[in-house]
Amino acid sequence: MRNYFIDLLTKEAKSNNKIMLMVGDLGFSVVENFKEKYPKQFINAGVAEQNMTGMAAGLASEKFHVFTYSIANFNTFRCSEQIRNDIDYHNYNVTVVSVGGGLSYGALGYSHHAIQDYALMRSFPNMTIYAPGTMSEITNCMKQIFRSKSPAYLRLGKTLPKNLKKLNKSNDQAPGKWTKILECKNRESRKCILTTGAVIDDAVKMQKKEEFSNYHIYSLPIWGMKYKTLQAQQINKWDEIVTLEDHLEDGGFGSYILECNSNIQTAGETKIKLKSLNKNVCNTVGDQDNLKEHFKFAH
Amino acid sequence: MNINSSVLLSKYIKAYTLKMVSKAKASHVGGGLSISDILAVLYNNILYFDSQKPLLESRDRFILSKGHCCAALYATLALKNFFTLRDLNSFAQFGSNFMSHASHKVKGVEFSTGSLGHGLPYAVGKAVAAKSRNKKWEVFVLLSDGELNEGSNWEATLFASHHNLNNLTIIVDYNKLQSLTTVEKTIKIEPLKDKFEAFGCYVSEVNGHDHEELKKSLSKKNKKNSPKVIIAHTVKGKGVSFMENRVEWHYKSPDKDQLEMALNEIGVSL
Repeated sequence: MRNYFIDLLTKEAKSNNKIMLMVGDLGFSVVENFKEKYPKQFINAGVAEQNMTGMAAGLASEKFHVFTYSIANFNTFRCSEQIRNDIDYHNYNVTVVSVGGGLSYGALGYSHHAIQDYALMRSFPNMTIYAPGTMSEITNCMKQIFRSKSPAYLRLGKTLPKNLKKLNKSNDQAPGKWTKILECKNRESRKCILTTGAVIDDAVKMQKKEEFSNYHIYSLPIWGMKYKTLQAQQINKWDEIVTLEDHLEDGGFGSYILECNSNIQTAGETKIKLKSLNKNVCNTVGDQDNLKEHFKFAH
Repeated sequence: MNINSSVLLSKYIKAYTLKMVSKAKASHVGGGLSISDILAVLYNNILYFDSQKPLLESRDRFILSKGHCCAALYATLALKNFFTLRDLNSFAQFGSNFMSHASHKVKGVEFSTGSLGHGLPYAVGKAVAAKSRNKKWEVFVLLSDGELNEGSNWEATLFASHHNLNNLTIIVDYNKLQSLTTVEKTIKIEPLKDKFEAFGCYVSEVNGHDHEELKKSLSKKNKKNSPKVIIAHTVKGKGVSFMENRVEWHYKSPDKDQLEMALNEIGVSL
């Protein structure tokens, strides 16, 4: 995912000299091509995420579109106040790019588990979360990000879905809009699994089980506080929704959907169930697949 | 108001700061008085700006990192005609843009601050932007001494020095008092000059209330290919005898009688 992201950014930088890529001393074997082609648009800020994020705000105030790139929690939680005050409050054009969403770096331990990031980033009023789960979703997210002039959070997982061919490759991913990923056999079914981020494979596995064979798969890759009012209408189309995210339940994507459905004026009869990571994942070592299996994620 | 002398300007900055803080029953008058001379020299003699075009591309950028002392900045901007002196009456009032920590919603304020340690990284970002586009404008940032407890300042200084940002001037309002007691008793920052020098900066120390010294150091050509640091030795509550060097004036606001006494000492009637 990260290589595809950097390819798209490199292409964009060719025609847009306002793009500035800042890395927190990370990105080995990923960022070199960008750096070589556009050295004036590349800054290694060192291992100093607070300064990197504050500088990004300063650069954005001078009309640069800045991308701050790091792993997991380093460019989100470490510098959360810089994101809150310097970027989001001023509504600056900075995209925080975190690689290793969810348990992508599972074996590296808790410091590298990005499993509370939605909770943080969705608490900022101007922030749009981009959590792509497929190649086409990354393409669309990047199109939207290049077009946008406001703060963004791009959460990249490590891997792309294995069964890409079967999946719907929509080019129509407007912020706040759900996209059909995979229909179930019963086209008339009014049940769906709604994902965000790099959990499409998990949703496909779920659908193969009898319990969920009657559920379509949809994703919502672009969301945030600004798009809450768009959700009720989409939620109300369904009898049942199961949200799926590689994040803890509290403050996560499922919580967001529940909040969207809690407005008295628009709340419907839809039954919403949440599937997320077990909090005990915090104390366990293992790679992403092992951890998901051990804690029965998406079961 | 048309004031062409930095000394006279600083007296009015102090007077309006006192009046605004008193009316709003707000805090931080002591720190506002300690930076008034620095602001007066910057806005009267150093910074290039057009108050009718606050976002003029070629302007020098000034960032008040110690955002809690914004009353003095708002007063300075009003006295330099960014907006009217009457606008200052809404300071810290319901619905006003003039909140009691620096707000970018006020004309002429580059950046909202309030949480310490944010101004310098932002200023460094602007300095990088100017270098990258070969712009001649410069960046000035005013920090407090207590603020230097924040690690982000040192991250930013390392970066600014490494990248030879000689278009950046860092001014430290060194009044030796922070929130609860002296800087010395809180977290020692001495030897401060040596610290900044060790980080590769071009450092000078001045009396932060001596306008000639301030003018000289602020306009002096940066001899190193690195950020300039001016350690301005100041007095918290400067100009009002009963406020000088007293930690309680970090918080208290002068009542009507105290305001009158203070304005008498400053020598300005409003």
